[in-house]
Amino acid sequence: MPLRPLTAMVRKDLQLFFTDRRAVIMSFAVPIAIASFFGSIFSGPRGNAKPATIAVIVVDQDESTISQAVVAGLEQDRNLKVSRTAVDDARERVRRGRTSAAILIPKGFGDAAGLAFFSGQEKPALDVLFDPSHSMEVAMVRGILTAHVMQAVSAEMFGGRRGGELVDQTLAGLDSTSMPEDRRKLLRDLLGSVQTFYRQPDRSAGGTGLRGGLTMPYTVREEAMTAGTNVAYNGYAHSFAGMGIQFLLFAMANLGIEMLLERQRGLWKRLRSAPVSRLSLLAGKTVSGTIISLMTLSVSFGFAMIVFGVRIQGSLIGFLAVSTACALMAATFGLLVAAVGRTPASARGVTTLAVLMMVMLGGAWVPTFIFPAWLQQATLVVPARWAVDGLDAMTWRGIGVRGAIAPTLVLLGFAALFAGIASMRFRWEEA
Amino acid sequence: MLEINHLRKTFGRLVAVDDVSFTLQRGQLLGLLGPNGAGKTTTVSMIAGIATPDSGHVLIAGRALSGDTDPAKRRIGLVPQDLALYEELTARDNLRFFGALYNLAGGALDRAIGAALELVELADRRNDRVKDFSGGMKRRLNLAAGLLHDPDILLLDEPTVGVDPQSRNAIFDNLEVLKGRGKALLYTTHYMEEAERLADRIVVIDHGRVIADDTLAGLQSRVAAAGSPPANLEAVFLTLTGRSLRD
Repeated sequence: MPLRPLTAMVRKDLQLFFTDRRAVIMSFAVPIAIASFFGSIFSGPRGNAKPATIAVIVVDQDESTISQAVVAGLEQDRNLKVSRTAVDDARERVRRGRTSAAILIPKGFGDAAGLAFFSGQEKPALDVLFDPSHSMEVAMVRGILTAHVMQAVSAEMFGGRRGGELVDQTLAGLDSTSMPEDRRKLLRDLLGSVQTFYRQPDRSAGGTGLRGGLTMPYTVREEAMTAGTNVAYNGYAHSFAGMGIQFLLFAMANLGIEMLLERQRGLWKRLRSAPVSRLSLLAGKTVSGTIISLMTLSVSFGFAMIVFGVRIQGSLIGFLAVSTACALMAATFGLLVAAVGRTPASARGVTTLAVLMMVMLGGAWVPTFIFPAWLQQATLVVPARWAVDGLDAMTWRGIGVRGAIAPTLVLLGFAALFAGIASMRFRWEEA
Repeated sequence: MLEINHLRKTFGRLVAVDDVSFTLQRGQLLGLLGPNGAGKTTTVSMIAGIATPDSGHVLIAGRALSGDTDPAKRRIGLVPQDLALYEELTARDNLRFFGALYNLAGGALDRAIGAALELVELADRRNDRVKDFSGGMKRRLNLAAGLLHDPDILLLDEPTVGVDPQSRNAIFDNLEVLKGRGKALLYTTHYMEEAERLADRIVVIDHGRVIADDTLAGLQSRVAAAGSPPANLEAVFLTLTGRSLRD
């Protein structure tokens, strides 16, 4: 393949790219701006900073020992930011989306919960008002509430003054329940033991046992699996990978549309009339597209490294390999657009949709772990998924060069596929 | 220099070119005339090697082109009907690119660019972007781009569409110079007065077929009534191709 025509085509494409201010802005400035925005949203707490809390309103209409203990527990929970207000105001604030959920503790809740604790009869209701657009947060609130209610009720029932009264009340009403006689006898024995427990001399001394109430029988040790110990997750690494790939695909789709415009303007007649092979013509476009794509990724990641402290925690060679394969895949995607597109206008509409679908399913906007399991599997056929995963592996996940092999090979495979289809479908005849 | 033998090209059921044959000699300008859709551009495309004939041959100096990279393509220069230029690049950068496609480089490329720009009188605008050129200047640069590699055969597909009389005359002067240098010029046009002024021979095609191949005088004598002055080329053309409108 003669090099002079090839290098001339690459130089010309780069000249055209840099004279097109819109293309330069779309390729460099816009991905940085959007990735910075997404990164700030999905970065999560940095280092030892407090985790994000869920805003919850608690309305305590009961004001019993148990309900006050529940509220105190919720207020001390590090995952919640609790505020207190009246019922009507709570409803209004949830309805307007100013808070995710409101917990209403009705009058008589404490006593009813205490009585139901042993007998299981007539369980009182706790009202949880929630914003349906925050369903994930509401699920968390429900779990946290369960833990604090169990702890407060059991603590009172096994150690509190009102708990003792409620045990007496439960014993007195035991004969009127519909419980089978053998089970009633077992419960009477249990409650009798609880009464004996109350009458111990150290009852009010804050001893051990169940006086603190039922608590979670385990603690959780959390460890963020990043590049290493004390290496915090940097959400900007993911967002710059995702947005970098999105705009790189847009830039290359634009390159394909430019090829269609060149055809419309008769430039391909001139190119085809020269003694240059078809392979050289496609290779020239592929090389220039790859160089532009690599520049786009380099500028994006360079910015992320300088401004947001993103680091290549894995392998530099692996990062370069994934980036190059990704750039080649994008460049051949541009060829595909030029080959299957009929007119620039129709190609623009279809490719915009195709790129958006690809980057959405590839996890460029939000990480793929949010997807349902079946979709996570299905997106393995999307090249953007491999590109994002590969760049994530080389940056914040800190996986070595071995982690770059699969993404690189798959992206090269996609590049070969796109180039193959493009060369078969390309309209070489100019009449 | 150029020999076209029984060229045929179809697009689906449409027969665009059907058994077209003619020859073009060195230092000759052949006017290829025909109504819209007659097959002129398709014929030019097949000669330039950018469309493959279904049958027939194009011989350049007695030899058929053997493929995309055949060095004999260097003997052909194409000036497409469209302004096949990169608007965002300067005139010089456009010519540098098109010259490199013919493997020109360094001093040879610079000299070729200089000569081509001098011929079309754009040397002083070499560093201006094409988008800032007038329609006539673009047409002249379009011609220059086809001349860079000093081809023996120049294919000009309606090279004066949409230009003012000044630029048109400048292009005619350029073509006279090239003809004087021994270049073989194939010129398609709708403007009969251009063919009358420039063409040594005229080939008229219609519905893909050659319906006349003669000198201007020969064509005029075909339709002239005895004793009357010679008809102009437009009258000859309408007599040969009819007056029905073409799509």
